[in-house]
Amino acid sequence: MKAIVWQGTNSVGVETVPDPTLLLPTDAIVRVTSTAICGSDLHLLDGVIPSMEKGDILGHEFMGEVVEVGRDVRKLKVGDRVVVPFNIACGACDPCRRGLFSACDNSNPNHRMAEALYGGVSGGGLFGYSHMYGGYAGGQAQYVRVPFADVGPYRIESDLRDEQVLFLTDIFPTGYQAAENCGILPGRDVVAVFGAGPVGQFAARSAQMLGAANVIVIDRVPERLAMAAAAGCQVINYEQEDVLIALREATGGRGPDHVIDAVGMEAHGHGPGALVDTAKQRLKLSFDRITALRWALLSCAKGGTVSLPGVYGGLIDKVPMGAAFAKGLTFKMGQTHTHRHIGPLLSRIEAGEIDPSFVITHRASLDQAPDLYRTFRDKHDGCVKVVLNPWA
Amino acid sequence: MSEDRPIPNPNDPAALPEADLTETGTAHLPTLERSVMGSVGVALMGAGLRSARPFQKLVLGGVGAGLTAMAATGRNPIAAALKIRQTGHGEVLVRDAVTVGKPADVLYGVWRNLTGLPRLMTHLQSVEVLDDTQSRWTVQAPTGTVSWDAQITADEPGHRLAWASLPGAAIENHGEVVFRTAPGDRGTEVVVRLAYRPPGGTLGAVTARLFGEEPAQQLRDDLMRFKREQELGFAPTTEGQSSGRATHGGQA
Ligand SMILES: [Zn+2]
Ligand SMILES: [Zn+2]
Repeated sequence: MKAIVWQGTNSVGVETVPDPTLLLPTDAIVRVTSTAICGSDLHLLDGVIPSMEKGDILGHEFMGEVVEVGRDVRKLKVGDRVVVPFNIACGACDPCRRGLFSACDNSNPNHRMAEALYGGVSGGGLFGYSHMYGGYAGGQAQYVRVPFADVGPYRIESDLRDEQVLFLTDIFPTGYQAAENCGILPGRDVVAVFGAGPVGQFAARSAQMLGAANVIVIDRVPERLAMAAAAGCQVINYEQEDVLIALREATGGRGPDHVIDAVGMEAHGHGPGALVDTAKQRLKLSFDRITALRWALLSCAKGGTVSLPGVYGGLIDKVPMGAAFAKGLTFKMGQTHTHRHIGPLLSRIEAGEIDPSFVITHRASLDQAPDLYRTFRDKHDGCVKVVLNPWA
Repeated sequence: MSEDRPIPNPNDPAALPEADLTETGTAHLPTLERSVMGSVGVALMGAGLRSARPFQKLVLGGVGAGLTAMAATGRNPIAAALKIRQTGHGEVLVRDAVTVGKPADVLYGVWRNLTGLPRLMTHLQSVEVLDDTQSRWTVQAPTGTVSWDAQITADEPGHRLAWASLPGAAIENHGEVVFRTAPGDRGTEVVVRLAYRPPGGTLGAVTARLFGEEPAQQLRDDLMRFKREQELGFAPTTEGQSSGRATHGGQA
């Protein structure tokens, strides 16, 4: 089959690789009908996520049709049309039973790698996202092996198009969970979203769905800001305005009640702090560049929530912790517990509250994916979200 | 579990005493090891000083001085850096814990079936049950297989199991597994503490570690394998999956 393969830092390619097979009786094989490139795939492209190996198949946002199931699979059947959460969960451990699916104890075969980095605990496995997260082959391919087939895949029975349900696998629940984590008081709270990439877009629209009085979106790419403005968000271009002053003005000096950092570890930003971050990351002294996080802590209102859907990988310094303490902020973060959001969010799509396909700017075949990785990374050509058809 | 099994009575001086499993910090060198180290260190320093070749002088002198310093302070900084922990008797101590979503008596039952343990612990080759409390353990070591006899020193069904190797064991060791009901409905906390006297003292432990033997990691892996076996009935894997490596003749 054809698959997108990580070939080294800043190099992905289309390769012909063996078709996946069932490795365990609880596995299923899914024929991928649509897959997407995620913003966090760019961290893999840049090589800032450790433990990638040449030849790894990328991709963690995908959906398709079940073509084979293992003998212990009970709920899923051949022919089912499914969306598959990007994180892999066992469904049986204590975190899974509490709905904390991304914190699954059991799904990561390489638990010791993550334990060494993260204080003796490992999160669950992820599709196509480094060996530290399990080393599972990803879904930017014609077929994919799906472990724990009775736990992850969610059957789509309505006739919604792929493009309307594909993002239930990651960016929609991720943006939604970021907004939900804020504990928004409807009609009262103002929410600021740093980063108007795909997750930022869904965070902003989710904050609106949850009743935010106003949603302010901060970015520097005009197309992204225009997309947020089209949804009725107030927008700030940080290259044209002083973000902190603009946010104070927009909130009567209080600051946003909640701030969502949908940027994560590869913030651009400017000023001496951003330069130091970049230099340290290049020298491998640090994984993370944290301009967005600094702005989040400095701008957030007293008693507010800083919600982090953006990915952080390692150690950070020069964090304005004093500001966070003085204002009594709450931090909420972590990988998305995708499994628990799919059903409720699908209902919202079916009810016409949101059509997630608004975020798509590029549609292509797998062969065009390497070029589109670069287009997406460089934010050229108005690129916000790329959807791939593995059979085109 | 029969009530009349001859479990050693702690008040009976003839029985194996319950060994101490408390941690005293990193790498306190036992007296014997200190004096050996001290003499070797001084000898090496002397050889270094006498050597005509400057490189040899430096290396021998340096190593000698290091050993002498370790012997004098009673601390092994390499062992400390490698996080090798010890009991008060100079044994290497390894401890870890895992919470498993099953009742304590079920998990205890799995451990009490000693012959099944090699399935949980990959470095164990076999456990042969000799009678109610004695058993023969065989492990895979870099030099081949090593066997010793062990005795159960405490057996509290559903709560705790402790053992000790019998005198003359190639690797003297003792330890315990404690099963504690976790708060809430989370199942059971399984706590393992084991202590052993590595051949060659702390230096032996350091050498083993440098050659990739990591008992603490082994224990961690064993506990996770146990948890997954109990909660899932299998271990997750990616072995044999497709990748771009297979097309270039590499392993899939
Ligand atoms: Zn993603
Ligand atoms: Zn789980």
